Amino acid sequence: MKRIDAINEIAAKVKESSALLIGNIGIPCKEIHHVCDVPTNFYMLGSMGLASSIGLGLALARPDKKVVAIDGDGSILMNMGTLATIATQSPENYLLVIVDNGAYGSTGNQPTATSIVTDLAAVARGAGNKDVFEVSTPEELRDVLKSTDKGIIVAKAEPGNTDAPVIEMTPEGIIKRFMEKSVL
Amino acid sequence: MTGLPKVLTPSEAVFKGIKDAGIDFIVSVPCANLKELIPMVDKAPEILHLPVTREEEGVGICAGAYMGGKKPAMLMQNSGLGNSINALASLNQLYDIPLLMIMSHRGVEGEPIVAQVPMGELTPKLLDTMEIPYFMPESGVDPADLIAKAWNTAVEMKKPVAVLLPIPFWRKQA
Repeated sequence: MKRIDAINEIAAKVKESSALLIGNIGIPCKEIHHVCDVPTNFYMLGSMGLASSIGLGLALARPDKKVVAIDGDGSILMNMGTLATIATQSPENYLLVIVDNGAYGSTGNQPTATSIVTDLAAVARGAGNKDVFEVSTPEELRDVLKSTDKGIIVAKAEPGNTDAPVIEMTPEGIIKRFMEKSVL
Repeated sequence: MTGLPKVLTPSEAVFKGIKDAGIDFIVSVPCANLKELIPMVDKAPEILHLPVTREEEGVGICAGAYMGGKKPAMLMQNSGLGNSINALASLNQLYDIPLLMIMSHRGVEGEPIVAQVPMGELTPKLLDTMEIPYFMPESGVDPADLIAKAWNTAVEMKKPVAVLLPIPFWRKQA
């Protein structure tokens, strides 16, 4: 599975459940935008490492809405405390999908620790998270996405990017459009 | 003789300011100076409070909370500003997201720990460089009003603001 395969599955789920989506910085955001650009998507343009945190804050602020964050292994490694904070809060409406391709995909596929020794699902469990799922094919991901709106999915993938185009929206445009839906 | 009006402790005054400002979402990273304030915030039913592991994480969580309609603040030590600079610039300032940072300002007058001094001295300079407005207690100004004014500034300017509360401010405690 490549990241784009995972994003296709997540986009289908998000569309069907009207979830608010936080997309990770870099190529993941471009791929999400390319596959399924809807006003309920928030595209990160900076602040690497914080997709999971933005998603957590949003889910706590809006318990009436489903929230999905798509993050990467490199970003989670940069903000590993997020897994402990998510565990302590454990909101029912928050699903974090970590696409773990063992590489910093947006900067030239330099290997991360998960390609060598680090097991993010074990870290997530060790941090206290109860609902942790591991998948490695689009079909397995689709099945887990069908059965839960809560927890952490580690989707094992191979490195590799599509040539999804740059997002032309301004930061002001992205957040204004998003908040018109998220604060309703 | 009726009783004299109750004088608020510094923590109580800050807490009153938080409530007056309508802050309803708080993340915290502890500091000895915040040890009375954090439990007050934690017990307040109208405020959603969560401890976080690092200030940068807190900046992200507060941004998400704002995007869901909350009025967010972070209780922190000034050292945490150093952990937050990229997020404050490339998230809050880029997307016009307000945040109130209530900072215990260490490393200034009365500081016993030498390691606090470098960041203590750098903090106002870093805030100036980042064009983050900051507010400090003044004689004759109610700390509660200071907090409310800082949050109003954050909302009007759509950016992060800081309130720097140095060691002498907390010394008035009890």
